[in-house]
Amino acid sequence: MSDLHTMTLAGLREALAAGKIGAGEATAATLERIAAVEPKVRAFVTVAGERALAEARALDARGPDPARPLWGVPVAVKDVIAVKGMPTTCGSRILEHFEPCYDAFVVRRLREAGAVIVGKTNMDEFAMGSSTEKSAFGPTANPWDTTRVPGGSSGGSAAAVAAGQCFGALGTDTGGSIRQPASFCGCVGLKPTYGRVSRWGCVAYGSSLDQIGPMARTVQDTALLFQAIAGFDPQDSTCVDAALPDTPAALAACEDLAGLRIGVPREYWGQGLAPEVEAACRAALDAAAARGATLVPVELPHTPYAVAAYYIIAMAEASSNLARFDGVRYGLRDKDARELLDMYVRSRSRGFGEEVQRRIMIGTYVLSAGYYDAYYRKAAQVRRLIRQDFAEALKRCDVLCGPVSPVTAWPLGAMDADPVQMYLMDIFTISLNLAGLPGLSLPVGLGADSGLPVGLQLLGPAFGEARLLAVAGVLERALGPLPAPAGL
Amino acid sequence: MPVYEAVIGLEVHAQLRTESKLFCACSTRFGQEPNTNVCPVCAGMPGTLPVLNARAVEYAVMMALAVGCRVNRVNVFARKNYFYPDLPLGYQISQFDLPLAEGGSVTIDAGAGPKVVGITRIHMENDAGKSIHSQAENVSFVDLNRAGTPLIEIVSEPDMRSPEEAEAYLRALHSVVTWLGICDGNMEEGSFRCDANVSIRPVGQREFGTRTELKNMNSFRNVRRAIAYEIARQEDLLADGGAVVQQTRLFDADKGVTHAMRGKEEAHDYRYYPDPDLLPVEISETMIADLRAALPELPAARRARFESALGLPPEAVAALTADRALSDYYEAAVAAYDEPRKVANWMLSEMLRRLNDTGVGVADCALAPEGFAAIVRMVEEGAVSQKSGRDMFAALFAGGGDPEAYAREHGLAQVSDSAALEAAVDAVLAANPAEVEAYRAGKTKLMGFFVGQVMRATKGQANAKLLNEIITARLG
Repeated sequence: MSDLHTMTLAGLREALAAGKIGAGEATAATLERIAAVEPKVRAFVTVAGERALAEARALDARGPDPARPLWGVPVAVKDVIAVKGMPTTCGSRILEHFEPCYDAFVVRRLREAGAVIVGKTNMDEFAMGSSTEKSAFGPTANPWDTTRVPGGSSGGSAAAVAAGQCFGALGTDTGGSIRQPASFCGCVGLKPTYGRVSRWGCVAYGSSLDQIGPMARTVQDTALLFQAIAGFDPQDSTCVDAALPDTPAALAACEDLAGLRIGVPREYWGQGLAPEVEAACRAALDAAAARGATLVPVELPHTPYAVAAYYIIAMAEASSNLARFDGVRYGLRDKDARELLDMYVRSRSRGFGEEVQRRIMIGTYVLSAGYYDAYYRKAAQVRRLIRQDFAEALKRCDVLCGPVSPVTAWPLGAMDADPVQMYLMDIFTISLNLAGLPGLSLPVGLGADSGLPVGLQLLGPAFGEARLLAVAGVLERALGPLPAPAGL
Repeated sequence: MPVYEAVIGLEVHAQLRTESKLFCACSTRFGQEPNTNVCPVCAGMPGTLPVLNARAVEYAVMMALAVGCRVNRVNVFARKNYFYPDLPLGYQISQFDLPLAEGGSVTIDAGAGPKVVGITRIHMENDAGKSIHSQAENVSFVDLNRAGTPLIEIVSEPDMRSPEEAEAYLRALHSVVTWLGICDGNMEEGSFRCDANVSIRPVGQREFGTRTELKNMNSFRNVRRAIAYEIARQEDLLADGGAVVQQTRLFDADKGVTHAMRGKEEAHDYRYYPDPDLLPVEISETMIADLRAALPELPAARRARFESALGLPPEAVAALTADRALSDYYEAAVAAYDEPRKVANWMLSEMLRRLNDTGVGVADCALAPEGFAAIVRMVEEGAVSQKSGRDMFAALFAGGGDPEAYAREHGLAQVSDSAALEAAVDAVLAANPAEVEAYRAGKTKLMGFFVGQVMRATKGQANAKLLNEIITARLG
């Protein structure tokens, strides 16, 4: 077997552009790698091998195109993002046989850039989870230790990237679903500013929080993917027509961190943080300081209320976003139902897993007459306060910095008993979604106790993705690459 | 037993006449094959997103301005959550605590003089599809052609006190929406429809009684009938010592009764909350000012002007302002021939009759208002006879053309030359000495005979009025 899969996206791209490797060759090697490790990792819901090969050969027939920055690059897409004519299951039985007749905006962008989509990656059902164990099609394993979770909900994308099954992948992040699995699997994940990337074609979980973003093995690879998918789309009313800088160029131009003020939120470095995570993240901060950055203590005082506010808003939105899965027009329908209500109840009870049903019920409850003010309205108020926290902190510094997750990847099944315990693990990632700001997860080393990857989170101002990537690029060089995942 | 008064409020839904749906590019055309005006957005496919139709917002703002509402500069779409097969998303995109507009009114007259009916609010929302329940099999079909069509809901204050007032209010709104051209007003196809909230209370009591909500009334007449029935029903209930139950009732037009909707009455909790897929709608002062400036003269103002400035009687005014196109046509005709009453007479007789007979709308009439005015003027000035004028109108209504040229080509020009007419009269009198004798002896009915003879001799082109004068003078 070739070792093509160990190349970076940027490296492959150059080789493809120079004609040293053909698009068909790259895709074939990728499919070979998928076949080799998939039995252990189970990162994909669908591998579209023949279609990908056909597309890659079609690219070869016309030759490399310098105008297409991802020409011939094999990538994977989280199964919550619509790809025309390819199953888009959202990790759910209810959409097991659903094939959309449209491409998501980001998929159109990937195609325009010349990327080849090799398959759809596994995820917690409808992106509701932090471990990819809640997929109707079984859990994905962490390439570093296949007895452990890859994180979630974009665990399939993170594992596929880490395992060399693709050169980059798209995930979605509603409360940390890109950053946390990136952290657990030792890859880079970027959650863009809300409104930076079109949500058209992304099956909604929490519409005011969801954002599609890139995941890859290096900062540069992540920047290349980000540049391809970001930009204004009039089909998404919440998409913002903001100037998009040349992110890869900004990254390349940034050599050190002189003059950079890094805010260190007190609330992100306290109780409950595993010592190995704290140590790895502190070491990264020291490296940043050594490169010229100034560390500024800041506060995000409403952080303790973030988890509650986040889950109220996300579940409220989910309860109506998932109402369209009623068995009437597409998706699973229970054929034995005798009447309408029966059809709804049976189809949705069979089609949705336990966690999805739980969130729909909680979401329905918090929007109910008599409870709306106490829950949803209150959560919306907290959200404004959290936004203010970030605005205040970002007045005094350029980026904020903290761990992605309080722990490294936990064993499969460890959180089954208590969903709330798993919700609490999102403490460092969800505030950012409530504020709509960009965040990046960067691997900064292996935990001293677990030997598993630890991610550092960089948080920035709205539309400041280029800054986050540039800072991450400097740190990446300073800290050196992680070794290859040990579990394969 | 107390004397009761009714308290009535209406919720009116008007489908906006936009080309495309409220949140996608699908056509809004009625009567297409089922499920042909459907795309992934209005079919509620996963991952699709709504984009607001700017024209629909303009139409809604026009309505708000026309009825004196305060437009909310920032208004918000909210999700109204409920399950039904013809509601693809599982929620309707409507507006809740921040609607498009609030606090307007219309003035009605149900026979007892002018009365102001308050409008609580106007909000935008999308329509559901249609469920079609098969009688033959135990199966239902869903047609999503209508799903996503833009609606405005106009909610009145509970200001009406009789079925007649309710009907007058509904007619007033109907007149405004069709006048503005934002809704086709078709009640049979459901593009203009209403629900009525009806309660009764003893005269003098301030508190409202328990109300029922009436649905399924698809004509002005049925709205009146349904409300009248419901008031009587509630009075009977109270008279018998019973109580009104809050419920939704359907009107059965065949039997003229309302009956409670079948199935258990559930207290719906729609769980409204702001739709996160749509930004708050911002309406600028500029947009409001532009739309206000572009508003046409509204029916009420035009009625007042027709009465005062043109001196038309109320019945004529009512008929000439029932429809904006008719009204505009009339105005254009008067502009060409400044005889408002004479033009009005022709509009109300010849024009309305022909429009009714042919089913053509005045907008599609081939004869331009100026041509219509010319016909009226030619008749009034004696250039053509009344009869020729009618014939000419009949001919030009369908094909159009210039009445002057038409009259020339068809030899309709009336003989008003008295020398020529005198010669013709003399010839007829000379040829009929016996009749002349009889007339002079007192048989004045023979006047018609002489007129007829001269008309025959002149091929009907003699000016009838002049002719009468000449004959009378000759025989006198």
